[in-house]
Amino acid sequence: MARMKFICDSERCIECNGCVTACKAEHDIPWGVNRRRVVTLNDGEPGEKSISVACMHCSDAPCMAVCPVDCFYRTDEGVVLHDKDVCIGCGYCSYACPFGAPQFPSTGTFGMRGKMDKCTFCAGGPETNGSQAEFEKYGRNRLSEGKLPACAEMCSTKALLGGDGDVVADIFRTRVLSRGKGSEVWGWGTAYGKPTTGTPPKTEEKATKS
Amino acid sequence: MKAIVIALALAFGLAACEKTQTAPSARKPDSKQWEAAQNAFVAPGWKSGDEASWEAQLRKRASRQNEYASARARE
Repeated sequence: MARMKFICDSERCIECNGCVTACKAEHDIPWGVNRRRVVTLNDGEPGEKSISVACMHCSDAPCMAVCPVDCFYRTDEGVVLHDKDVCIGCGYCSYACPFGAPQFPSTGTFGMRGKMDKCTFCAGGPETNGSQAEFEKYGRNRLSEGKLPACAEMCSTKALLGGDGDVVADIFRTRVLSRGKGSEVWGWGTAYGKPTTGTPPKTEEKATKS
Repeated sequence: MKAIVIALALAFGLAACEKTQTAPSARKPDSKQWEAAQNAFVAPGWKSGDEASWEAQLRKRASRQNEYASARARE
């Protein structure tokens, strides 16, 4: 079973915002809502780093945990999606998300916050795959077209990798070994857990503690 | 005054005894991703409804992001 993940390689990201544009165009995202954005650290200084940030589809998603109306669900491929017909736009998920992924259109009556919108890993939502209703609420469903997210496929430097976690991790590992640096994957541990998470303590530690 | 304090204490105390809500979620079930979209943009090379072929298609597509492999193949 595939487990969909994103990796952004900060050694390669050139802050072109191609991913942001691809996402906006692919899903016809309204003005003011950014499912994906590029964040630059130490902008303008030598050694600045940029990363493309969106919903990481966390293994243990905090947005799912705090939603008072239980509108989130996880697909078999590990993509975190939500039902806009259930969402009440309360914004709890926005406070819980470590990546600032949930977005709220403010075009409602009296400037009220609308229903939450976020990256779907181009997997649509709980409507018929590829239907007009799905497109209007969640955008294109590229996964059901046998394609990967538009942002990753459009990335000119292949800084943003998207797809089966095993495949993208292998690609990243090959790069790091080839260039001999830049093994840090920002957000990976937060989204998918660190390699040590959940492993039992070593026998020596157990012996010391007891 | 004492009665008001007792009434308030009872109100706060009983508020903690709310019954656990067990109502099922109202969200709709989603269709599987390997059921192809009904449009003209479906990529060729896999069969709708066949999970294995869909996964193979996505793996192949994800592997294309590795330009080290494609450069080696061109050599």
